[in-house]
Amino acid sequence: MKILVGYKRVVDYNVRIQVKPDGTGVVTDGVKLSANPFDDIALEEALRLREKGVAEEVIVVGIGPADLTAHLRNGLAMGANRAIHVLSADAVQPLTAARVFLKLVEKEQPGLVILGKQAIDDDANQTGQMLAALWDRPQATFASKVEIADGKATVTREVDAGLEVIEAELPAVITTDLRLNEPRFIKLPDIMKAKSKPIDTIEFASLGVDAHDQLKTTHYAAPAKRSKGVMVKDAAELVSALKQKGLL
Amino acid sequence: MSKILVIAEHLGGKLNPATARAVSAAVAIKPEAIDVLVLSDIAEAIAAEAAKIQGVSRVLTVERPENAHPLAAVLAPQIAKAAAGYSHVLAPSTTFGKDVAPRVAALLGVAQVSDVMSVEGSHTFKRPIYAGNAIITVEADPSHTIVATIRTASWPAATGGSGTNSASVETLSLDVALPSHTRFIELKQGKSDRPDLQSANKVVSGGRGVGSKENFEIIYKFADKIGAAVGASRAAVDAGYVPNELQVGQTGKIIAPELYIAIGISGAIQHLTGIKDAGTIVAINKDGEAPIFEIADIGLVGDLFKMIPELETALS
Repeated sequence: MKILVGYKRVVDYNVRIQVKPDGTGVVTDGVKLSANPFDDIALEEALRLREKGVAEEVIVVGIGPADLTAHLRNGLAMGANRAIHVLSADAVQPLTAARVFLKLVEKEQPGLVILGKQAIDDDANQTGQMLAALWDRPQATFASKVEIADGKATVTREVDAGLEVIEAELPAVITTDLRLNEPRFIKLPDIMKAKSKPIDTIEFASLGVDAHDQLKTTHYAAPAKRSKGVMVKDAAELVSALKQKGLL
Repeated sequence: MSKILVIAEHLGGKLNPATARAVSAAVAIKPEAIDVLVLSDIAEAIAAEAAKIQGVSRVLTVERPENAHPLAAVLAPQIAKAAAGYSHVLAPSTTFGKDVAPRVAALLGVAQVSDVMSVEGSHTFKRPIYAGNAIITVEADPSHTIVATIRTASWPAATGGSGTNSASVETLSLDVALPSHTRFIELKQGKSDRPDLQSANKVVSGGRGVGSKENFEIIYKFADKIGAAVGASRAAVDAGYVPNELQVGQTGKIIAPELYIAIGISGAIQHLTGIKDAGTIVAINKDGEAPIFEIADIGLVGDLFKMIPELETALS
C-alpha cells in the first residue's frame, strides 16, 4: 500500500505574526518557515504504518514555488520514500489543493491519504474533507488513534463530545490531530540520505485543475487587543472584585 | 436576496446550542429566509427545539436510520442536495461542522469560508487566520452558493428572548444514495453533571501547574462551588490530567463565557486564542511573569494550592 501525505510549508509556529501596516498581508519576508505541525504528525503516522508493514511506500506532496524543494527534502530526511512537488508560483486555496490531490490520487492509487487537520497559516481545516468528497471515499478527521487491518481503518477522532471511533474502508482520507503521535526528529545522516531520494516535479498547469479562486482576501488586520487588567493581592480581594462585577 | 440553510447539530436527541449561534450569523446576513435542516434518525424533538429559535423560517427534517450518527460521508450528500436554491449553507464551527461542511462545499464545487467572526455584507465576512493573530476580510463570489462555518464564540445564541418563535416543521424527502463505506462504532463520552464547557457562563480551567490527575480534583471542587464548567489547557490534556474534550484553545474548544478563571495556566498563544472573547478573564499563577497576565482582567500571583482554599473561604 502507498500512503500519500500532504506536507505544507508554513510560517513557523514560534513566529509572532505581524500584520503589514497597509493591511495587504502578514509579514513573511525573512520569517522562519517550517512544516505545518499537523503535517509532521501526518508524515510520522505514515512512517509508523510503513514500519509496521502496513504500507510499503510513503510519498510526501507539496504545492508551491521552486524553492519548496528544500522543504520536501526535510520530509524525505524524516523518512518518506519520495516526494511530489506540484510547482505553483501562487498559493492555492483548499478546494484547489483538494483537486490537485485528487489528480495525484488517480495517478498513484494510494490506500491512504493522510493530511494535517488544518494548516496553521490559513486555519481553513478543509482540504482533507474536500478531497474525500471529490474522491467519494471515507474521511476520518481529527484522528488521535489509527489502526489499519483487513482493508479498514479504525480511527479514534477527537470530537467536542469526547472520543468517537469510526471504521472506514480503504482507500480513505485521514486528517491528524495533535495527540496522534510525536513526530521524530530528523537526524544528520538522514539529511545526507535524503539528497538521493527522488522528487518528481509536476507543473500545476499540466494537471488540468481549475485554479480560479472563489474567495478573495481584501484586507488583513491585527486582532483587537484586550487591555491589561489589574492585579489583586489576595483571594479575598479577588472575590470582592468579582462580586462587584456581579460575576459571583 | 439571500436564502440560508443552517445545518442543525445535535446529540442524543437534543439540539446543540451552537446551532442557535449559527442562526445569529444567518440573521446578520439579512436574508429573506432562514431554514434549519435536521438530519437524524428521529428528528421530532430536535426539530421542535430548532423551531423556537428566533429568526428561523422553517425547519426541514430528513429522517433516515443512516442519520443516527453524524458521519460526514453520509450527511454531506444529503445536505448538498438540500442546498439547491439556497445562497448560503451555514454550520457551526464545531468539530461537527468542521467535519461535514467542507465535504458539502466540495460536492457543490464551491469554496468554504471557515470560522466566520462577523458579517460585513451578504458575501463579505471576517475570519481569523494564524490562530487569531490576524483577521482577514474575505469576499466570496456571489455567483456561487457560499458554504461557511460560524465561529460560535463570536455570536450570541439566537434565543427566543421574551417571545419565542414557532417556525413550521416540514419533512424533506431527498432522493440520495448514501455510502456504506464509513461506519460509526462508538462515542466515548465523559459523564458529567457540570455545565457544558462550550456554553457555560462560568468556566474554571486548570493547566500544567495543577500537577496531576489527582490534583485536578481541586479544580473540579472549586468549579462546582461557583457553578462553573471545567476546562483545561492543552498541556494538562497532553499530560493526561483530564480528557481531551476539556481542552480550551485553538485546537480545542473556543469559548466565550462571562467569567473565565485560568488556574496554573501560563497562557500559550494557542490557549489565549480559545478564550479571548470571554467577558472577564481571571488568572491565578505562581509565576508573575506568565503571559496569561498580559490578557487577564484580574490577576492573582500565588500558589494555586493555597489560593483556591482561600478563595473558597472568602466565598463562604
